[in-house]
Amino acid sequence: MSPIVSLRGVTKRFNSGVTALDPIHLDVAKAEFLSLLGPSGCGKTTLLRIIAGLSAPSTGECRLALDSTDRSAPAAGRIGFVFQDPILMPWSTALGNVLLPFRLVGRVGAAERERAAAELSAVGLAGFERAYPRQLSGGMRMRVSIARALVTDPDLLLLDEPFAALDEITRMALNDDLLRLWESRRATVVFVTHSVFESVYLSTRIAVLSSRPGRVVANLAIDLPQPRERALRTNPDYNAICATVSAHLSRAMVTEPS
Amino acid sequence: MRRRTRLWRIAAPIAVGVVLLALWQAIVTVEQIPVYILPGPAAIGAALWTDGPSLLGSLLVTLRITLAALAAAAFLGGAIALVFSLSRILALSLFPYAVILQVTPIVAIAPLIIIWVQQPFLALLVCAWIVAFFPIVSNTTIGLNSAERNLLALFRLYGASRWQTLRYLRLPTALPYFLAGLRISGGLALIGAVVAEFVAGTGGTETGLAFRILEAGYRLAIPRLFAALFLLSATGIVIYLIIDVLSRFALRHWHESAIDEGEE
Ligand SMILES: Nc1ncnc2c1ncn2[C@@H]1O[C@H](COP(=O)(O)OP(=O)(O)OP(=O)(O)O)[C@@H](O)[C@H]1O
Ligand SMILES: [Mg+2]
Repeated sequence: MSPIVSLRGVTKRFNSGVTALDPIHLDVAKAEFLSLLGPSGCGKTTLLRIIAGLSAPSTGECRLALDSTDRSAPAAGRIGFVFQDPILMPWSTALGNVLLPFRLVGRVGAAERERAAAELSAVGLAGFERAYPRQLSGGMRMRVSIARALVTDPDLLLLDEPFAALDEITRMALNDDLLRLWESRRATVVFVTHSVFESVYLSTRIAVLSSRPGRVVANLAIDLPQPRERALRTNPDYNAICATVSAHLSRAMVTEPS
Repeated sequence: MRRRTRLWRIAAPIAVGVVLLALWQAIVTVEQIPVYILPGPAAIGAALWTDGPSLLGSLLVTLRITLAALAAAAFLGGAIALVFSLSRILALSLFPYAVILQVTPIVAIAPLIIIWVQQPFLALLVCAWIVAFFPIVSNTTIGLNSAERNLLALFRLYGASRWQTLRYLRLPTALPYFLAGLRISGGLALIGAVVAEFVAGTGGTETGLAFRILEAGYRLAIPRLFAALFLLSATGIVIYLIIDVLSRFALRHWHESAIDEGEE
Protein backbone atom coordinates (compact mmCIF):
# COMPACT_ATOMS: atom_id res chain seq x y z
CA MET A 1 0.00 0.00 0.00
CA SER A 2 1.37 3.39 -0.90
CA PRO A 3 2.17 5.63 2.05
CA ILE A 4 -0.07 8.51 3.05
CA VAL A 5 2.87 10.77 3.75
CA SER A 6 6.07 10.39 1.85
CA LEU A 7 9.11 12.54 2.64
CA ARG A 8 11.99 12.24 0.23
CA GLY A 9 15.24 13.97 1.10
CA VAL A 10 13.45 16.84 2.82
CA THR A 11 15.70 19.57 4.20
CA LYS A 12 14.87 22.92 5.67
CA ARG A 13 17.15 25.89 5.85
CA PHE A 14 15.72 29.11 7.23
CA ASN A 15 16.60 32.53 5.91
CA SER A 16 18.35 33.16 9.21
CA GLY A 17 20.89 30.56 8.08
CA VAL A 18 19.74 27.91 10.55
CA THR A 19 19.54 24.46 9.06
CA ALA A 20 16.70 22.74 10.87
CA LEU A 21 16.47 19.47 8.92
CA ASP A 22 19.08 17.29 7.26
CA PRO A 23 17.74 15.10 4.47
CA ILE A 24 14.75 13.34 5.98
CA HIS A 25 13.44 10.17 4.41
CA LEU A 26 10.25 9.02 6.03
CA ASP A 27 7.07 7.26 4.99
CA VAL A 28 3.89 7.13 7.00
CA ALA A 29 1.49 4.36 6.07
CA LYS A 30 -2.26 4.65 6.31
CA ALA A 31 -3.62 4.13 9.82
CA GLU A 32 -0.15 4.19 11.29
CA PHE A 33 0.57 5.92 14.60
CA LEU A 34 4.02 7.40 14.22
CA SER A 35 5.78 9.25 17.00
CA LEU A 36 8.59 11.69 16.36
CA LEU A 37 10.99 11.72 19.25
CA GLY A 38 13.92 14.06 19.45
CA PRO A 39 15.72 16.70 21.47
CA SER A 40 14.40 20.23 21.71
CA GLY A 41 15.15 22.34 18.67
CA CYS A 42 15.88 19.41 16.36
CA GLY A 43 13.20 20.36 13.86
CA LYS A 44 10.12 18.35 14.86
CA THR A 45 7.75 21.28 14.58
CA THR A 46 9.37 22.28 11.31
CA LEU A 47 8.81 18.77 9.99
CA LEU A 48 5.13 18.75 10.97
CA ARG A 49 4.63 22.12 9.29
CA ILE A 50 6.17 20.76 6.11
CA ILE A 51 3.92 17.70 6.20
CA ALA A 52 0.88 19.94 6.66
CA GLY A 53 1.98 22.07 3.72
CA LEU A 54 2.37 25.15 5.92
CA SER A 55 6.03 25.47 5.07
CA ALA A 56 7.89 24.42 1.95
CA PRO A 57 10.95 22.16 2.16
CA SER A 58 14.18 23.79 0.98
CA THR A 59 15.05 20.69 -1.01
CA GLY A 60 13.42 17.34 -1.46
CA GLU A 61 9.73 16.74 -1.56
CA CYS A 62 6.82 15.92 0.67
CA ARG A 63 3.94 14.10 -0.92
CA LEU A 64 0.54 13.43 0.58
CA ALA A 65 -1.96 10.87 -0.66
CA LEU A 66 -4.96 11.65 1.46
CA ASP A 67 -8.13 11.35 -0.54
CA SER A 68 -8.83 9.20 -3.56
CA THR A 69 -8.70 12.24 -5.79
CA ASP A 70 -5.27 13.01 -7.07
CA ARG A 71 -5.06 16.65 -6.14
CA SER A 72 -1.86 18.14 -4.84
CA ALA A 73 -3.55 19.97 -1.98
CA PRO A 74 -5.82 17.91 0.26
CA ALA A 75 -9.37 19.08 0.84
CA ALA A 76 -9.97 21.39 3.79
CA GLY A 77 -10.38 19.51 7.04
CA ARG A 78 -8.61 16.33 5.91
CA ILE A 79 -5.63 17.34 8.03
CA GLY A 80 -5.96 18.14 11.70
CA PHE A 81 -3.11 20.09 13.27
CA VAL A 82 -2.56 20.64 16.97
CA PHE A 83 0.10 23.27 17.47
CA GLN A 84 2.57 23.22 20.30
CA ASP A 85 0.69 26.18 21.84
CA PRO A 86 -3.11 26.28 21.93
CA ILE A 87 -3.40 29.03 19.26
CA LEU A 88 -7.01 29.95 19.94
CA MET A 89 -8.89 33.03 18.84
CA PRO A 90 -9.21 34.98 22.11
CA TRP A 91 -12.34 36.80 20.93
CA SER A 92 -14.21 33.57 20.36
CA THR A 93 -15.69 31.10 22.85
CA ALA A 94 -14.45 27.52 23.20
CA LEU A 95 -17.33 26.42 21.00
CA GLY A 96 -16.63 29.16 18.48
CA ASN A 97 -13.03 28.05 18.25
CA VAL A 98 -13.97 24.43 17.69
CA LEU A 99 -16.51 25.53 15.06
CA LEU A 100 -13.86 27.41 13.11
CA PRO A 101 -13.13 24.60 10.61
CA PHE A 102 -16.83 24.38 9.76
CA ARG A 103 -17.14 28.14 9.56
CA LEU A 104 -14.33 28.25 7.03
CA VAL A 105 -16.02 25.77 4.73
CA GLY A 106 -19.17 27.81 5.10
CA ARG A 107 -21.50 25.50 6.93
CA VAL A 108 -22.35 26.11 10.55
CA GLY A 109 -25.71 24.58 11.32
CA ALA A 110 -27.28 22.77 14.21
CA ALA A 111 -25.51 19.55 13.25
CA GLU A 112 -22.10 21.23 13.28
CA ARG A 113 -22.79 22.88 16.62
CA GLU A 114 -23.79 19.56 18.07
CA ARG A 115 -20.69 17.94 16.65
CA ALA A 116 -18.43 20.63 18.07
CA ALA A 117 -20.06 20.41 21.49
CA ALA A 118 -19.65 16.62 21.42
CA GLU A 119 -15.98 17.03 20.57
CA LEU A 120 -15.54 19.44 23.48
CA SER A 121 -17.11 17.00 25.89
CA ALA A 122 -14.91 14.24 24.45
CA VAL A 123 -11.87 16.19 25.68
CA GLY A 124 -13.54 16.74 29.05
CA LEU A 125 -14.79 20.28 28.50
CA ALA A 126 -18.54 19.78 28.62
CA GLY A 127 -20.08 22.88 30.15
CA PHE A 128 -17.29 25.16 28.98
CA GLU A 129 -18.74 25.81 25.52
CA ARG A 130 -19.34 29.48 26.22
CA ALA A 131 -16.11 30.15 28.08
CA TYR A 132 -13.56 32.46 26.50
CA PRO A 133 -9.96 31.24 26.23
CA ARG A 134 -8.80 33.65 28.93
CA GLN A 135 -11.18 31.98 31.34
CA LEU A 136 -9.61 28.57 30.72
CA SER A 137 -6.44 27.05 32.14
CA GLY A 138 -3.49 26.29 29.87
CA GLY A 139 -4.35 22.61 29.74
CA MET A 140 -8.01 23.34 29.01
CA ARG A 141 -7.01 25.63 26.16
CA MET A 142 -4.85 22.89 24.76
CA ARG A 143 -7.81 20.53 24.90
CA VAL A 144 -9.95 23.04 23.01
CA SER A 145 -7.35 23.07 20.28
CA ILE A 146 -7.33 19.25 20.23
CA ALA A 147 -11.11 19.27 19.87
CA ARG A 148 -10.79 21.73 17.01
CA ALA A 149 -8.36 19.44 15.21
CA LEU A 150 -10.63 16.42 15.65
CA VAL A 151 -13.92 18.01 14.74
CA THR A 152 -13.57 17.50 10.99
CA ASP A 153 -12.70 13.82 11.38
CA PRO A 154 -9.34 14.26 9.66
CA ASP A 155 -7.58 11.46 7.81
CA LEU A 156 -4.21 12.76 8.95
CA LEU A 157 -3.72 14.08 12.45
CA LEU A 158 -0.57 16.04 13.20
CA LEU A 159 0.01 16.59 16.91
CA ASP A 160 2.83 18.74 18.22
CA GLU A 161 3.40 17.84 21.88
CA PRO A 162 -0.31 18.20 22.59
CA PHE A 163 -0.13 16.89 26.15
CA ALA A 164 3.02 18.61 27.35
CA ALA A 165 1.09 21.13 29.45
CA LEU A 166 -1.16 18.58 31.15
CA ASP A 167 -0.96 16.77 34.44
CA GLU A 168 -0.11 13.07 34.41
CA ILE A 169 -3.66 11.85 35.07
CA THR A 170 -5.31 13.96 32.39
CA ARG A 171 -2.47 13.12 30.10
CA MET A 172 -2.98 9.38 30.49
CA ALA A 173 -6.72 9.79 30.04
CA LEU A 174 -6.18 11.78 26.85
CA ASN A 175 -3.62 9.22 25.69
CA ASP A 176 -6.32 6.57 25.92
CA ASP A 177 -8.88 8.84 24.29
CA LEU A 178 -6.50 9.46 21.45
CA LEU A 179 -5.95 5.72 21.03
CA ARG A 180 -9.69 4.99 20.99
CA LEU A 181 -10.14 7.72 18.46
CA TRP A 182 -7.36 6.43 16.30
CA GLU A 183 -8.70 2.89 16.46
CA SER A 184 -12.27 3.85 15.68
CA ARG A 185 -11.57 6.36 12.93
CA ARG A 186 -8.58 4.71 11.36
CA ALA A 187 -6.86 8.05 11.10
CA THR A 188 -3.16 8.32 10.45
CA VAL A 189 -1.34 10.06 13.27
CA VAL A 190 2.02 11.79 13.43
CA PHE A 191 2.69 12.62 17.04
CA VAL A 192 5.54 14.73 18.40
CA THR A 193 6.52 14.18 21.99
CA HIS A 194 9.41 14.40 24.42
CA SER A 195 8.17 11.50 26.48
CA VAL A 196 9.61 8.09 25.71
CA PHE A 197 6.92 6.33 27.76
CA GLU A 198 4.13 8.15 26.00
CA SER A 199 5.52 7.45 22.56
CA VAL A 200 5.96 3.74 23.22
CA TYR A 201 2.50 3.46 24.75
CA LEU A 202 0.82 5.14 21.80
CA SER A 203 2.77 4.35 18.68
CA THR A 204 3.02 1.65 16.14
CA ARG A 205 6.33 3.17 15.10
CA ILE A 206 8.79 5.67 16.51
CA ALA A 207 11.21 7.79 14.50
CA VAL A 208 14.04 9.13 16.64
CA LEU A 209 15.56 12.37 15.37
CA SER A 210 19.07 13.61 16.04
CA SER A 211 19.76 17.04 17.50
CA ARG A 212 19.82 19.89 15.02
CA PRO A 213 19.91 19.53 12.11
CA GLY A 214 17.34 16.78 12.58
CA ARG A 215 17.88 13.46 10.86
CA VAL A 216 16.07 10.15 11.38
CA VAL A 217 18.60 8.12 13.35
CA ALA A 218 16.32 5.26 14.35
CA ASN A 219 13.10 3.93 12.96
CA LEU A 220 11.59 1.52 15.44
CA ALA A 221 8.46 -0.56 14.96
CA ILE A 222 6.74 -0.99 18.31
CA ASP A 223 5.55 -4.53 18.55
CA LEU A 224 3.08 -4.42 21.39
CA PRO A 225 -0.41 -5.90 21.42
CA GLN A 226 -3.31 -3.87 20.08
CA PRO A 227 -5.48 -2.34 21.38
CA ARG A 228 -3.25 -0.76 23.98
CA GLU A 229 -4.57 -0.85 27.52
CA ARG A 230 -3.55 0.76 30.80
CA ALA A 231 -2.14 -2.57 31.99
CA LEU A 232 0.51 -2.25 29.33
CA ARG A 233 2.27 0.41 31.35
CA THR A 234 3.46 -2.22 33.80
CA ASN A 235 4.17 -4.90 31.19
CA PRO A 236 7.88 -5.99 31.13
CA ASP A 237 7.94 -5.93 27.30
CA TYR A 238 6.74 -2.34 27.40
CA ASN A 239 9.49 -1.42 29.81
CA ALA A 240 12.11 -3.18 27.76
CA ILE A 241 11.06 -1.27 24.64
CA CYS A 242 11.08 1.99 26.59
CA ALA A 243 14.67 1.25 27.62
CA THR A 244 15.69 0.60 24.02
CA VAL A 245 14.04 3.76 22.78
CA SER A 246 15.65 5.74 25.60
CA ALA A 247 19.05 4.41 24.59
CA HIS A 248 18.45 5.46 20.98
CA LEU A 249 17.34 8.89 22.14
CA SER A 250 20.38 9.47 24.33
CA ARG A 251 22.62 8.47 21.47
CA ALA A 252 20.71 10.84 19.20
CA MET A 253 21.18 13.67 21.64
CA VAL A 254 24.96 13.43 21.79
CA THR A 255 25.28 13.30 17.99
CA GLU A 256 27.14 16.43 17.06
CA PRO A 257 25.79 18.32 14.07
CA SER A 258 28.07 17.74 11.11
CA MET B 1 -12.13 45.23 46.60
CA ARG B 2 -13.56 45.93 43.18
CA ARG B 3 -16.17 48.41 44.41
CA ARG B 4 -13.46 50.17 46.37
CA THR B 5 -11.25 50.62 43.30
CA ARG B 6 -14.13 51.94 41.29
CA LEU B 7 -15.01 54.42 44.03
CA TRP B 8 -11.44 55.66 44.13
CA ARG B 9 -11.38 56.05 40.39
CA ILE B 10 -14.13 58.64 40.70
CA ALA B 11 -13.50 60.11 44.14
CA ALA B 12 -9.77 60.72 43.88
CA PRO B 13 -9.76 62.97 40.79
CA ILE B 14 -12.75 64.92 42.15
CA ALA B 15 -10.99 65.51 45.46
CA VAL B 16 -7.89 66.76 43.65
CA GLY B 17 -10.08 69.05 41.54
CA VAL B 18 -11.87 70.54 44.52
CA VAL B 19 -8.61 71.21 46.35
CA LEU B 20 -7.07 72.86 43.29
CA LEU B 21 -10.15 75.06 42.71
CA ALA B 22 -10.20 76.16 46.35
CA LEU B 23 -6.50 76.98 46.20
CA TRP B 24 -7.00 78.93 43.00
CA GLN B 25 -9.89 80.94 44.46
CA ALA B 26 -7.90 81.61 47.62
CA ILE B 27 -4.89 82.93 45.75
CA VAL B 28 -7.00 85.13 43.48
CA THR B 29 -8.90 86.57 46.45
CA VAL B 30 -5.94 87.07 48.77
CA GLU B 31 -3.66 88.54 46.11
CA GLN B 32 -6.53 90.57 44.68
CA ILE B 33 -5.65 89.61 41.13
CA PRO B 34 -7.84 91.60 38.72
CA VAL B 35 -10.45 89.58 36.90
CA TYR B 36 -9.11 90.53 33.43
CA ILE B 37 -5.80 88.86 34.26
CA LEU B 38 -6.88 85.78 36.12
CA PRO B 39 -10.50 85.29 37.17
CA GLY B 40 -11.19 82.93 40.07
CA PRO B 41 -13.44 79.89 39.78
CA ALA B 42 -16.34 81.89 41.22
CA ALA B 43 -16.13 84.53 38.49
CA ILE B 44 -15.82 81.84 35.84
CA GLY B 45 -18.83 80.06 37.31
CA ALA B 46 -20.81 83.27 37.13
CA ALA B 47 -19.80 83.76 33.49
CA LEU B 48 -20.74 80.20 32.77
CA TRP B 49 -24.16 80.90 34.29
CA THR B 50 -24.89 84.13 32.42
CA ASP B 51 -23.23 83.28 29.07
CA GLY B 52 -23.96 79.57 29.32
CA PRO B 53 -26.87 79.37 26.87
CA SER B 54 -25.09 81.30 24.13
CA LEU B 55 -21.83 79.43 24.75
CA LEU B 56 -23.67 76.13 24.55
CA GLY B 57 -24.98 77.15 21.15
CA SER B 58 -21.44 77.77 19.99
CA LEU B 59 -20.31 74.51 21.57
CA LEU B 60 -22.93 72.73 19.49
CA VAL B 61 -21.41 74.20 16.32
CA THR B 62 -17.94 73.00 17.29
CA LEU B 63 -19.26 69.65 18.44
CA ARG B 64 -20.98 69.03 15.12
CA ILE B 65 -17.71 69.55 13.28
CA THR B 66 -15.80 67.44 15.78
CA LEU B 67 -18.15 64.49 15.65
CA ALA B 68 -18.48 64.60 11.89
CA ALA B 69 -14.68 64.70 11.57
CA LEU B 70 -14.30 61.84 14.04
CA ALA B 71 -16.85 59.72 12.21
CA ALA B 72 -15.13 60.47 8.91
CA ALA B 73 -11.76 59.64 10.46
CA ALA B 74 -13.08 56.33 11.79
CA PHE B 75 -14.69 55.28 8.51
CA LEU B 76 -12.17 56.66 6.04
CA GLY B 77 -9.22 55.86 8.31
CA GLY B 78 -10.44 52.31 8.76
CA ALA B 79 -11.05 51.99 5.02
CA ILE B 80 -7.61 53.34 4.16
CA ALA B 81 -6.01 50.90 6.62
CA LEU B 82 -7.98 48.08 5.05
CA VAL B 83 -6.76 49.02 1.58
CA PHE B 84 -3.21 49.27 2.93
CA SER B 85 -3.42 45.80 4.44
CA LEU B 86 -4.84 44.30 1.25
CA SER B 87 -2.36 45.82 -1.13
CA ARG B 88 1.26 46.13 -0.18
CA ILE B 89 1.99 48.27 -3.23
CA LEU B 90 -0.71 50.78 -2.35
CA ALA B 91 0.46 50.83 1.26
CA LEU B 92 4.07 51.44 0.29
CA SER B 93 3.22 54.15 -2.19
CA LEU B 94 0.57 56.01 -0.19
CA PHE B 95 1.66 55.73 3.42
CA PRO B 96 4.35 58.43 3.12
CA TYR B 97 1.67 60.88 1.96
CA ALA B 98 -0.48 60.05 4.94
CA VAL B 99 2.54 60.87 7.09
CA ILE B 100 3.11 64.14 5.25
CA LEU B 101 -0.51 65.10 5.79
CA GLN B 102 -0.10 64.25 9.45
CA VAL B 103 3.07 66.25 10.10
CA THR B 104 2.00 69.37 8.20
CA PRO B 105 0.80 71.90 10.79
CA ILE B 106 -2.91 72.33 10.30
CA VAL B 107 -2.72 76.08 11.02
CA ALA B 108 -0.51 76.41 7.95
CA ILE B 109 -2.84 74.71 5.52
CA ALA B 110 -6.20 75.58 7.06
CA PRO B 111 -6.38 78.97 5.25
CA LEU B 112 -5.83 77.20 1.94
CA ILE B 113 -8.48 74.62 2.67
CA ILE B 114 -10.91 77.34 3.68
CA ILE B 115 -10.30 79.08 0.37
CA TRP B 116 -10.54 75.89 -1.69
CA VAL B 117 -13.56 74.39 0.01
CA GLN B 118 -16.24 77.02 -0.34
CA GLN B 119 -18.74 75.52 2.08
CA PRO B 120 -17.58 76.62 5.59
CA PHE B 121 -18.81 73.55 7.49
CA LEU B 122 -17.13 71.26 5.00
CA ALA B 123 -13.89 73.23 5.11
CA LEU B 124 -13.69 72.98 8.89
CA LEU B 125 -14.62 69.30 8.69
CA VAL B 126 -11.76 68.65 6.27
CA CYS B 127 -9.30 70.43 8.57
CA ALA B 128 -10.40 68.49 11.64
CA TRP B 129 -10.35 65.26 9.67
CA ILE B 130 -6.75 65.83 8.56
CA VAL B 131 -5.73 66.21 12.18
CA ALA B 132 -7.70 63.20 13.37
CA PHE B 133 -7.40 60.47 10.78
CA PHE B 134 -3.78 59.40 11.08
CA PRO B 135 -3.77 57.53 14.41
CA ILE B 136 -6.63 55.40 13.14
CA VAL B 137 -4.92 54.61 9.84
CA SER B 138 -1.59 53.77 11.40
CA ASN B 139 -2.98 51.79 14.35
CA THR B 140 -5.47 49.82 12.29
CA THR B 141 -2.87 49.02 9.64
CA ILE B 142 -0.61 47.55 12.30
CA GLY B 143 -3.55 45.67 13.81
CA LEU B 144 -4.60 44.15 10.49
CA ASN B 145 -1.07 42.86 10.02
CA SER B 146 -0.73 41.51 13.57
CA ALA B 147 -2.64 38.28 13.19
CA GLU B 148 -0.99 35.43 15.05
CA ARG B 149 1.27 33.49 12.66
CA ASN B 150 -0.04 30.08 13.63
CA LEU B 151 -3.65 31.19 13.42
CA LEU B 152 -2.92 32.31 9.88
CA ALA B 153 -1.41 28.88 9.25
CA LEU B 154 -4.53 27.25 10.65
CA PHE B 155 -6.74 29.33 8.37
CA ARG B 156 -4.60 28.27 5.43
CA LEU B 157 -4.89 24.64 6.48
CA TYR B 158 -8.67 24.86 6.37
CA GLY B 159 -8.62 26.52 2.98
CA ALA B 160 -9.83 29.93 4.16
CA SER B 161 -10.30 32.53 1.46
CA ARG B 162 -8.72 35.97 1.72
CA TRP B 163 -12.08 37.37 2.66
CA GLN B 164 -12.62 34.80 5.40
CA THR B 165 -9.17 35.41 6.81
CA LEU B 166 -9.96 39.11 6.86
CA ARG B 167 -13.36 38.72 8.43
CA TYR B 168 -12.66 36.06 11.02
CA LEU B 169 -9.03 36.75 11.83
CA ARG B 170 -7.56 40.07 10.72
CA LEU B 171 -10.51 42.28 11.61
CA PRO B 172 -10.97 40.93 15.14
CA THR B 173 -7.21 41.16 15.70
CA ALA B 174 -7.26 44.77 14.53
CA LEU B 175 -10.22 45.85 16.66
CA PRO B 176 -8.26 46.78 19.83
CA TYR B 177 -5.73 48.68 17.71
CA PHE B 178 -8.50 50.54 15.91
CA LEU B 179 -10.14 51.48 19.20
CA ALA B 180 -6.84 52.68 20.63
CA GLY B 181 -6.49 54.87 17.54
CA LEU B 182 -10.03 56.14 18.00
CA ARG B 183 -9.25 57.29 21.55
CA ILE B 184 -6.43 59.47 20.28
CA SER B 185 -8.43 60.70 17.32
CA GLY B 186 -11.34 61.76 19.53
CA GLY B 187 -9.22 64.42 21.20
CA LEU B 188 -7.46 65.33 17.97
CA ALA B 189 -10.74 65.89 16.13
CA LEU B 190 -11.75 68.44 18.76
CA ILE B 191 -8.38 70.15 18.59
CA GLY B 192 -8.55 70.13 14.80
CA ALA B 193 -12.02 71.66 14.82
CA VAL B 194 -10.96 74.41 17.24
CA VAL B 195 -7.77 75.25 15.35
CA ALA B 196 -9.67 75.39 12.07
CA GLU B 197 -12.27 77.67 13.66
CA PHE B 198 -9.53 79.95 14.94
CA VAL B 199 -8.23 80.33 11.42
CA ALA B 200 -11.65 80.64 9.86
CA GLY B 201 -13.01 82.81 12.68
CA THR B 202 -11.14 85.84 11.47
CA GLY B 203 -12.86 85.28 8.12
CA GLY B 204 -16.19 85.68 9.93
CA THR B 205 -17.95 82.33 9.68
CA GLU B 206 -20.45 80.66 11.94
CA THR B 207 -19.64 81.16 15.61
CA GLY B 208 -18.08 78.06 17.05
CA LEU B 209 -16.53 77.94 20.47
CA ALA B 210 -13.09 78.93 19.18
CA PHE B 211 -14.47 82.14 17.76
CA ARG B 212 -16.10 82.93 21.09
CA ILE B 213 -12.74 82.48 22.81
CA LEU B 214 -11.07 84.87 20.36
CA GLU B 215 -13.88 87.36 20.74
CA ALA B 216 -13.83 87.19 24.53
CA GLY B 217 -10.07 87.76 24.40
CA TYR B 218 -10.44 90.88 22.27
CA ARG B 219 -13.05 92.26 24.64
CA LEU B 220 -11.08 91.37 27.73
CA ALA B 221 -14.06 89.30 28.90
CA ILE B 222 -11.64 86.91 30.50
CA PRO B 223 -14.13 85.03 32.72
CA ARG B 224 -16.14 84.21 29.60
CA LEU B 225 -12.95 83.10 27.87
CA PHE B 226 -12.29 80.72 30.73
CA ALA B 227 -15.89 79.53 30.70
CA ALA B 228 -15.57 78.69 27.01
CA LEU B 229 -12.26 76.92 27.69
CA PHE B 230 -13.92 74.96 30.47
CA LEU B 231 -16.69 73.82 28.13
CA LEU B 232 -14.10 72.83 25.58
CA SER B 233 -12.13 70.61 27.94
CA ALA B 234 -15.31 69.15 29.40
CA THR B 235 -16.33 68.21 25.87
CA GLY B 236 -12.96 66.59 25.25
CA ILE B 237 -13.26 64.58 28.44
CA VAL B 238 -16.78 63.44 27.60
CA ILE B 239 -15.69 62.34 24.12
CA TYR B 240 -12.83 60.39 25.65
CA LEU B 241 -15.08 58.75 28.21
CA ILE B 242 -17.64 57.73 25.60
CA ILE B 243 -14.97 56.12 23.45
CA ASP B 244 -13.52 54.46 26.51
CA VAL B 245 -16.86 52.92 27.47
CA LEU B 246 -17.46 51.89 23.88
CA SER B 247 -14.11 50.19 23.60
CA ARG B 248 -14.40 48.42 26.95
CA PHE B 249 -17.77 47.14 25.86
CA ALA B 250 -16.51 45.91 22.50
CA LEU B 251 -13.53 44.12 24.03
CA ARG B 252 -15.11 43.05 27.30
CA HIS B 253 -14.76 39.32 26.78
CA TRP B 254 -11.25 38.96 25.67
CA HIS B 255 -8.90 41.89 25.61
CA GLU B 256 -6.71 42.58 28.64
CA SER B 257 -7.23 46.34 28.26
CA ALA B 258 -10.96 45.94 28.87
CA ILE B 259 -10.76 43.74 31.92
CA ASP B 260 -10.90 45.19 35.41
CA GLU B 261 -7.97 44.26 37.61
CA GLY B 262 -10.46 43.54 40.35
CA GLU B 263 -11.85 40.61 38.46
CA GLU B 264 -8.90 38.27 38.78
N1 LIG C 1 10.61 30.58 11.34
C1 LIG C 1 11.87 30.27 11.70
N2 LIG C 1 12.90 31.06 11.32
C2 LIG C 1 14.16 30.74 11.65
N3 LIG C 1 14.51 29.66 12.35
C3 LIG C 1 13.55 28.83 12.75
C4 LIG C 1 12.16 29.09 12.46
N4 LIG C 1 11.43 28.11 12.99
C5 LIG C 1 12.29 27.28 13.60
N5 LIG C 1 13.57 27.70 13.46
C6 LIG C 1 14.77 27.03 13.95
O1 LIG C 1 14.73 25.69 13.51
C7 LIG C 1 15.15 24.82 14.52
C8 LIG C 1 14.11 23.75 14.74
O2 LIG C 1 12.95 24.36 15.26
P1 LIG C 1 11.65 23.50 15.62
O3 LIG C 1 10.65 24.43 16.13
O4 LIG C 1 11.29 22.67 14.45
O5 LIG C 1 12.22 22.58 16.80
P2 LIG C 1 11.46 21.48 17.65
O6 LIG C 1 12.12 20.18 17.36
O7 LIG C 1 10.01 21.55 17.41
O8 LIG C 1 11.81 21.92 19.13
P3 LIG C 1 10.93 21.79 20.47
O9 LIG C 1 10.91 20.36 20.85
O10 LIG C 1 11.66 22.63 21.45
O11 LIG C 1 9.58 22.32 20.13
C9 LIG C 1 15.41 25.66 15.74
O12 LIG C 1 16.80 25.78 15.90
C10 LIG C 1 14.81 27.00 15.44
O13 LIG C 1 15.65 28.02 15.93
MG1 LIG D 1 8.42 22.16 18.51
